[in-house]
Order: sequence, then structure tokens, then C-alpha cells
Amino acid sequence: MKFRKLIFANLFRKKVRLILTVGSFAIALVLFTFLAVVKSAFNRGVELAGADRLIVVDRVGLMNLMPISYADKIAAIPGVKAVTHDHWFGGVYQDEKNFFPQFVIDVENHRKVYPEFVVPDDQWNNYVKDRQGAIAGAKLAERFHWKVGDRIPIKTTLYGGAIWEFNLDGIYHTEKPDGDQGQFWLQWKYFDENVPSVIKSTAGWYILRLDNPDDAVRVAKAIDEKFANSPHETKTETESAFAAYFAKQFGNIEFLILSIGGVVFFTLLLVTGNTMAISVRERTSELGVLKAIGFTDRSVLFLVLAESLAIAFFGGVLGLALAILAIPGISAAVTGLLPPLLLSKPMLLLGLGFAIFVGAASGLLPGIGAMRMRVVNALRRA
Amino acid sequence: MIRVDGSSDSQSLIRVRGLNKTYSRGGEKIQVLQGLNLDVDKGDFVAFMGPSGSGKTTLLNLLGGLDVPSAGSITVAGDEITHMSGSKLTQWRARHVGFIFQMYNLIPVLTAYQNVELPLLLTKLSGSDRRKHVETALAVVGLADRMQHYPRQLSGGQEQRVTIARAIVSDPTFLLCDEPTGDLDRKSADEIMALIEELVNRYGKTVLMVTHDPVVAARAHTTLHLEKGLLVEGKGSSPQSVLAGGAA
Ligand SMILES: Nc1ncnc2c1ncn2[C@@H]1O[C@H](COP(=O)(O)OP(=O)(O)OP(=O)(O)O)[C@@H](O)[C@H]1O
Ligand SMILES: [Mg+2]
Repeated sequence: MKFRKLIFANLFRKKVRLILTVGSFAIALVLFTFLAVVKSAFNRGVELAGADRLIVVDRVGLMNLMPISYADKIAAIPGVKAVTHDHWFGGVYQDEKNFFPQFVIDVENHRKVYPEFVVPDDQWNNYVKDRQGAIAGAKLAERFHWKVGDRIPIKTTLYGGAIWEFNLDGIYHTEKPDGDQGQFWLQWKYFDENVPSVIKSTAGWYILRLDNPDDAVRVAKAIDEKFANSPHETKTETESAFAAYFAKQFGNIEFLILSIGGVVFFTLLLVTGNTMAISVRERTSELGVLKAIGFTDRSVLFLVLAESLAIAFFGGVLGLALAILAIPGISAAVTGLLPPLLLSKPMLLLGLGFAIFVGAASGLLPGIGAMRMRVVNALRRA
Repeated sequence: MIRVDGSSDSQSLIRVRGLNKTYSRGGEKIQVLQGLNLDVDKGDFVAFMGPSGSGKTTLLNLLGGLDVPSAGSITVAGDEITHMSGSKLTQWRARHVGFIFQMYNLIPVLTAYQNVELPLLLTKLSGSDRRKHVETALAVVGLADRMQHYPRQLSGGQEQRVTIARAIVSDPTFLLCDEPTGDLDRKSADEIMALIEELVNRYGKTVLMVTHDPVVAARAHTTLHLEKGLLVEGKGSSPQSVLAGGAA
């Protein structure tokens, strides 16, 4: 391209300004990818949800417990393949900041409902036999350097505040690499024996697997009708609907991310647009000369756009490179607080697209200004 | 042969008839050119003089297709440029006009070589052909050894010579110079004028030049004075123009 030299020479005209503008693109892109990664982490629960699973919770709210007797009643409904139940244990390991989810699981049916969590059979069998046994996700075990056979004290915050001790009998993996490998499972039987009497013989929520995902609506209706007008009415929904609802418990993440993203977008647009406007204004007489010697209005617009696109491209690539380096570290630092943060290829492409869009948009107005500028006026300002 | 009475019947290279230019500033109309006529033949070298604000730059801008007249016509080598559309006019400028302004107007971030190459980027010439033309143009202005210098590494006179090289590199039909020596000391001004004379005498270029300096104007074949929106031949009849000329 013949204009290459001119574009690059213009680009490097003010080095400090170039560094600052490229830098703002880079920082904005790091922030952009971080937001995209957090958003996708929150949505991952919805994406990973089994299409053939329903969740049954107490109609009043997630914190209301339901009688354990519901398990058999739900299992009796046609179309239900298996039922299991969970409790939220809500403890901490050693320190408040070591948060991770602990679930009180029903060892008889858990594997039938959650086939994607894989535990070696010998470990699973030891766990079932061991009332104080526990299973940890591979990521979780890695985080605290646990190995099978370790004794793990967990202080509850919900059930009397005592310290419960568990034997780590096994480690689970997920079939998909981005699955949730940060859970800790203890046994319902052990839990039930040790909790205060009001909590005995209860389940936090039920999870059931369907014979056929197409049956979801009918089965959900049948369950809710069955417990209508009882002391514990239920609300049954698909796992993805539940995951979406659960993510909302953290606040309206989507809205938060979109608003921060919007602010980043407009700030970047203004910063770059302003920079381009200034550099076009500084060059008024030069642009006048170019037009006088025969550069068309369109090629002048092209020169300005090429410059802002080049800034956007280099800043964008730099920002994405920084994000690729930084996100694993951030992800490790927030394990337990947030689902794992994974940077995917579509996100990188989206980020680059975002940068290029801002580059084009911010070069457009100054470029049109340069295009419309009349040669005689531009030259008189020399 | 240069004429200003609009009576030339021969096909002159540049032919201006009834040229009017009116600017409006805040509702007030300023008539700068008022029915100006001019004929310039190929190989002519004409100097325009006149007091500040008399419309010399305005006239050059119209002749160079940088601005459009309020009335009248300009015909160059048989092409009437007054009715050309914006993009046609841009193409016409690239092919026919070489501009040399008072402020050297080089692109500061490009080398002398790259500055001179700019007009050729608009042509279909290959890279090696462009190189040949640029090297020739820089040799003509005596700067073959400064090709890789940036404008800030050159003296004012050298910068102006680069501008001349840029103006002649695409071999335009005529050259327009607006006070080409206005910013230079006497010695550099003489060198630039010697160069422009050489372009006329040796290379047969047609040159139209605006200047305040009678010494510079004396180098041209003819000096025309811009008075009350019209051109008049010979030494200025109004004391104002003589004063302005003498003071420069
Ligand atoms: N864009 C414009 N709008 C309004 N008036 C203008 C414009 N351009 C030029 N003029 C006016 O037209 C007149 C002629 O200006 P011009 O620049 O052609 O003069 P000049 O002879 O080149 O003067 P100088 O010797 O100072 O360069 C001046 O009165 C100027 O103020
Ligand atoms: Mg002038």
C-alpha cells in the first residue's frame, strides 16, 4: 500500500500521545475481556445445566427446607428417572476468605442425577462407607493442596457454629474441562445426625432427572400440583432457569457488567475521538497541501481512519495479550468467590472487534471533518 | 505572450475571462476580483504584484482550481475548469498544477524524498519509476544529497527547493508560486529565483508567481499589477502598490 509510509509517519508523530492512546485502548480491552469473562462465568451455570434436570425448591424461598419424605413422592411421578436432594452447608475452611460451596448430598442417588461428576469407583465406595467422608472437586483440592486421606475441618456458620471434621475420600472431575470442579460434598446421613432437631429429616432442594427432557413442563406441573395446599408448597423449574435465578442472587450482574462496559466504551470513544480530532486540527495546513496536490477527499478520510484503526488494532492486541496473561492469575485469586474465569477464543475476537469498532467510530467524525475541509481555508491557516 | 485585455484570439495556454470573486463576511460583500481577463502562453513567466489584500492569493487559488469563482471562466489547455465537479477538479490539479507556497508546506514527518514522492502516489507509476522521477526532481533543485533529510534538518532555502521538486515531479502544465521567497533572506531568495528561471528557460515551464519584492518580480518576463480587482500591465500606477512593493 502506497500510503503506508505516510500513515505510519503520522502515527509516530507524537510518541507520548501515541503511547497514551494505545495504552487507553489496552486498558479498556483488559477491562472489557475481564467483564466478558465474569459475565460468561456467571452464565456458565445456565449453559452447563442439564436439559433433563429439574430443581424443586420451597415456594417461599431457597432458605426454606422441605420434608425429606418428598423424595419418594417425587420419584413416584411418571417420567421421573431419579431424584436426589441437597443441602447448603455454608461452612468455612480455616478462614473466612477460604470460601467454597459445600453441599450435603444424598449418596444413594447423587450419581444417577449428576453423571457428569466423575469419581473413581474405589474412592466412591470408600466415601459411601465412611459417614464422615467427603469428596472434593479437583480444582478445589488443588487450591488447598488436599489429597485423599487428609482430614479437613470445616466450621459451619449455619448449624450451631461448631467445627465438623471430614475425611477426604475422593476427588471428582467433570467431563467438560470448564465444568464446576470447586464443590465439596459431605453425606446427608452424617449431617442429619448432627444438626439441631428442627433441621433433621429435611432437604434444602430436590434435583430430579427426567426420562425425557420434553416432559419437563408436564412433570414440573405435576410436582407442584402434588404439594399444593400442603405446609411446604413447591416451585419446580429447569436447572438452567434455576441457575439463572441463582446467579441473580448476587445482584443484577448482567446489568452491572453492561453498565460498566458501556462507560468503558464511551470513555474510550471520547478519548480516542478527541485525540484524533486534535491531531487532525494540528495538521490542517498539511491536509490542505495534500488536497492541493491532488489527494481526494476520500483518500484524506482514509488516512485519518487508517490511523485511528491502527491505534485501535495495536492497543486492542496489546490489551488482549495482557488479558491472556492476567486472567488466569485473577481467576486463581477469586476461586470460590466466582466461578472459574475462562478466556475463550470468541471472547478475544469479540474484544478485537470491539476495539476496531471504537477505532472506526472515533476516527469517523474527525475524518469527515478533514474530508469536508476546504483547501483554501486550510492553507490560509498555515 | 501575456495579455490582460481579453482580446487575444490565439489559443493561449491559460485563458481567463471576466473573472469575478466575491467573499461575503457577516452579510457584507467584498468584491475582490471584478471581471479580470488574462492570457498566458506556454513558457511564459509572469509575476503578480499588488498591495496586501488586493486579491493575489485569491487569483492564484482560482487559477489552481483550489477555489471556484463567483463568475467568469478559466480555461487551461482547452479544459474549462470553472464547471468541474470537486473530484474532477482534484484530479485536474494533480495532473496540471504544481504549487509552491510561501510557507514551505512540507510534511514534517516525511523525508525530502518522501515529500517529493507524494504527488506520484496518486499516479499509476511503479515504485521504481517513482524513484527515478523523485531523484531527477531532487537533482534539478540541487538536493540529490539530501534525500533522506527531514524538513527540520534543512535550511529554509533548501526546504523551499524540496517544495519546488515536489511541484515539478509530476511534470505539471504550469507552476503557481505564492510568494516563494517571502520567508527567505536575499541570498536564498536569489538561489530560488535562479532555480525558477532555470525551470522556465531550460525546461520550458510556465510559471505564475505572486511576490511583494520588485527585485524578484524583475526576473519574470512580465509583471502584472492587481488593482481594483483587475490586472494592469507595467509598473504600478497607484502609489499604494509601489509602496507595498518597495516595502517588501
Ligand atoms: N475566505 C475568505 N472570506 C472572506 N474574505 C476573504 C477570504 N479570503 C480572502 N478574503 C479577503 O479577500 C481579500 C483578498 O485576499 P488575498 O488573500 O487574495 O489577498 P493578497 O493579495 O494575497 O494579500 P497578501 O499580499 O496579504 O497575501 C482580502 O480583503 C481578504 O480579507
Ligand atoms: Mg496572499
